[in-house]
Amino acid sequence: MSWVLDNLDVIAGYTGAHLVQALPPILLAFVLSLPLAKLANSRGWLRTGVTTTSGLMYAIPSLPLFVLLPGLIGTGVRSPLNIVVALTLYGLALMVPTASDGFRSVSRDVLGSATAQGYAPAARFLAVELPLAGPVLLGGVRVVAVSTISLVTVGGVLGVPSLGMLFVDGVRRGIVAEIAAGVVATAALALLTDALLVMLGRLLMPWHRGREAGRP
Amino acid sequence: MNENPFLGALDWLADPMRWSGPSGIPVRTAEHLGYTALGVLVAALIAVPVGLYVGHTGRFKGLAVGAAGVARALPTLGLVTLFALLVGIGLTAPLLAFVTLAIPSLLAGAYSAVESADPATVDAARAQGMTEWQILTRVEIPLGMSLLVGGVRGATVQVVATAMLAAYVGSGGLGRYIFQGLGSQDYPQMIAGSLLVIVLALVLDLALLLLQRLTAPRGTVAP
Repeated sequence: MSWVLDNLDVIAGYTGAHLVQALPPILLAFVLSLPLAKLANSRGWLRTGVTTTSGLMYAIPSLPLFVLLPGLIGTGVRSPLNIVVALTLYGLALMVPTASDGFRSVSRDVLGSATAQGYAPAARFLAVELPLAGPVLLGGVRVVAVSTISLVTVGGVLGVPSLGMLFVDGVRRGIVAEIAAGVVATAALALLTDALLVMLGRLLMPWHRGREAGRP
Repeated sequence: MNENPFLGALDWLADPMRWSGPSGIPVRTAEHLGYTALGVLVAALIAVPVGLYVGHTGRFKGLAVGAAGVARALPTLGLVTLFALLVGIGLTAPLLAFVTLAIPSLLAGAYSAVESADPATVDAARAQGMTEWQILTRVEIPLGMSLLVGGVRGATVQVVATAMLAAYVGSGGLGRYIFQGLGSQDYPQMIAGSLLVIVLALVLDLALLLLQRLTAPRGTVAP
């Protein structure tokens, strides 16, 4: 415990760096998944392709991807940008199929009625389709958020600063408390973000209460 | 170092020296597969019976879902390093991490497999005089088999990735090449190691996906 109390500033610094790498991928995966899912739903073969590619993408472990990306996009191995790009790809692999399912769950009759009431395509998407797909989208974002926050730590072995540095430094110096602090801080950050997303969902979708959509 | 690192990685892989001896690619691949099989097997012995019980009886469902959710938030690297410090060098420490991280997928796969059986079908089986054990083994498990295999697939992906990180604290496996390359600033070797892990992960994932399709009962749609 004394290690934790003596190093609160270190933990706070790493938490900040952690969030800088975790939040952009979560946000990007969500925003980019919407048009990609709409595109995928427009063609049957495209949808099958997207589902298959996403499944395979998710099977690729994170560290090899962190290692390969710099050679492909020209960033440094220790660059946080690298982590952001890799985690956005994972986020998309999870989020695009989920969003695709979410949009498909919206009844065609409802969309037809909205058109008949005079909604232009863009307005219909924002005011009808997006809110109705909302609960499924929220379920997807929650999974993306938790897994992204946990995956950021892997960058620690490459020397990219995040809460993962507590594991790398802790094992090098043999300080159990430092590693335990890192595990607790990462899990707490993930669960806190998840709780915030649930609250945000209740605020934005007051009609959707009780059963939360989640992935098995 | 102007040379393309990917070509360097191919050179590294093409060197016959890499394909023999105790730190050669075949041995490291076998180690990696061994860790993965052992980790998934031990985790399955714990998680599958519990998951089947939860799915069949519906008891402790909230607890199982909650535990799986919390376990998903745990950072892999943190568990690997924590167990390495607490337990020391050897197979026990990484194995503990593999099992901990494989359990959520297997647990979720097992209970969702049992739950996926249509309640009307289960009631029909009960009305025909089947015992609860017969309902579980002859109706619910066969109908949900592809979901159960899906849980094994998720757990395998997780353990392949974790086994690679275990090399950071001294285990064998394909992760060794990445960390050796990192230590000696040999980027082509890191790429070669990464490609080997990715190929292994994809081969295992595709094999289990095929098994998932094959175990889906006729007339149902595999996930």
